[in-house]
Amino acid sequence: MAKDNEINGQPEHSPDQGRRSFLKNSSLLSALALAPPYIVKAAGAEWDEKAARFFERVPLSIEVNGRSRTLSIEPRTTLLDLLREQLALTGTKKGCDHGQCGACTVHVDGKRVLSCLSLAVMQEGKKVTTIEGLAEGEKLHPLQEAFIKHDGFQCGYCTPGQIMSGVACIREGHAGSDDEVREYMSGNICRCGAYPNIVKAIRDVQKGGQKV
Amino acid sequence: MINFDYIRVSTPTAAVDALAKDKAAQWIAGGTNLIDLMKKGVLNPQKLVDINNLPLKEIRKEGKVLRIGALALNSDVSEHELVLQSQPLLAQALKAGASQQIRNMATVGGNMMQRTRCPYFYNPDMPCNKREPGTGCGALKGFNRMHAIFGTSDKCIAVHPSDMCIALVALDATVLVAGPKGERRIPFQNFHRLPGELPQRDNTLERGELILGLEIPDNPFADHVHYLKVRDRSSYAFALVSVAAALALKGKTIQDVRLGMGGVAHKPWRLVEAESFLKGKQATEAVFREAANLAMRGAKGYGQNNFKLKLGPNTIVEALKKATEKA
Repeated sequence: MAKDNEINGQPEHSPDQGRRSFLKNSSLLSALALAPPYIVKAAGAEWDEKAARFFERVPLSIEVNGRSRTLSIEPRTTLLDLLREQLALTGTKKGCDHGQCGACTVHVDGKRVLSCLSLAVMQEGKKVTTIEGLAEGEKLHPLQEAFIKHDGFQCGYCTPGQIMSGVACIREGHAGSDDEVREYMSGNICRCGAYPNIVKAIRDVQKGGQKV
Repeated sequence: MINFDYIRVSTPTAAVDALAKDKAAQWIAGGTNLIDLMKKGVLNPQKLVDINNLPLKEIRKEGKVLRIGALALNSDVSEHELVLQSQPLLAQALKAGASQQIRNMATVGGNMMQRTRCPYFYNPDMPCNKREPGTGCGALKGFNRMHAIFGTSDKCIAVHPSDMCIALVALDATVLVAGPKGERRIPFQNFHRLPGELPQRDNTLERGELILGLEIPDNPFADHVHYLKVRDRSSYAFALVSVAAALALKGKTIQDVRLGMGGVAHKPWRLVEAESFLKGKQATEAVFREAANLAMRGAKGYGQNNFKLKLGPNTIVEALKKATEKA
């Protein structure tokens, strides 16, 4: 145990661990292969120190379901609250509001994320897709059709999150087997227990090979 | 959530400056843990400094080292070709953590900085020395089913929650950091700390030090690795006990071995004594069992978590068996 204690103990780093001025000479940074300096600088001029006092609303440009929006928000507004309360897109559901249920799943720049744990202000310039943006006019998305066909819901509250997550799951290539679907859909809880039919719906679309 | 100031920075220098000149400021990257803690009122930073535009996302191989930027996403790292090739144990551990939605948001640096999920820490109405030093530890004689069995103190018995970090401690990673006083490299096993008298400190970073990335050296373990996570449901839950096992085998002989353990301590727990015991021995269940018993010396239960004293060694044996089977 002595050895374990040594390595698992409470090491405090030694103060003489060769410190150079970080600001002058950043060899660790260069080791991590930074973007060319001019890119950093250009971005910096745009972003740096764009401070928002907490009593102020801040500007936000964001694209939601193909439509560009210029908005004014409080920094603490989550993407979920922005969608539901300011944009009246109530398809995205607030379940736990703490990242445990997946009901608030949306796509940001093509990736599925939890909108309840995303600050809206941090989505500047990004493209958001919600359940409302999935269908093409009256034509439902194949996975929406499959949820109806396979009865992939009971109360329906988790369904928008399940479908957004399921579409991403297929696009990511994580719907190759029932087990894989179960693993990669584990962030979406269904308290009615429609899981078997949700798996069927996702597998059906994946096997159908349609473009999702 | 209490409102806050918000700024964006796009260089490490600006990020370090922003915290150096404002004591109430805190960085935010993926936000998957921080936003939750702010909603609960556990943390109430007055200013958030968004570091997502920092150029620290790259994953690349340089010589015999894999370098991963602090802002690389957990999902990207877990599926990156270089990671799958040279550090499959890391990929396995990442995939065992959280959900795909959270892995798509969470960064490598943020994963290392995540706070314990101890319910007393998470509830501002409860005593917790980590959240509010001096208020006592509610878990010591309370609900402690998820809590630590190694390296505890009478101030705190919380566990470190990450899966990724269990693989990283086993893989001898190095953390690259930069702060107002300069840069330094921290060996991974020295990054997180035990609670001792200062449970409010999860790690050995000083205020204002920014994680730039990780370095993981090549190793001979690619063929025989396994991350075994035991939890209350088969996915999307924190570990009761987890074991990261890596073996280098010649025939049945163990040439080299690494073992990390999660869900058992305030930091990713490295099983050094069990590793030394295993080197040069045959990869058999009896030998694994002996190593597991060695690893459990000094373990202590607190009532509801006594089951970990049995689950722990069983998980070590099973992870080693699984790692051996792979080829």
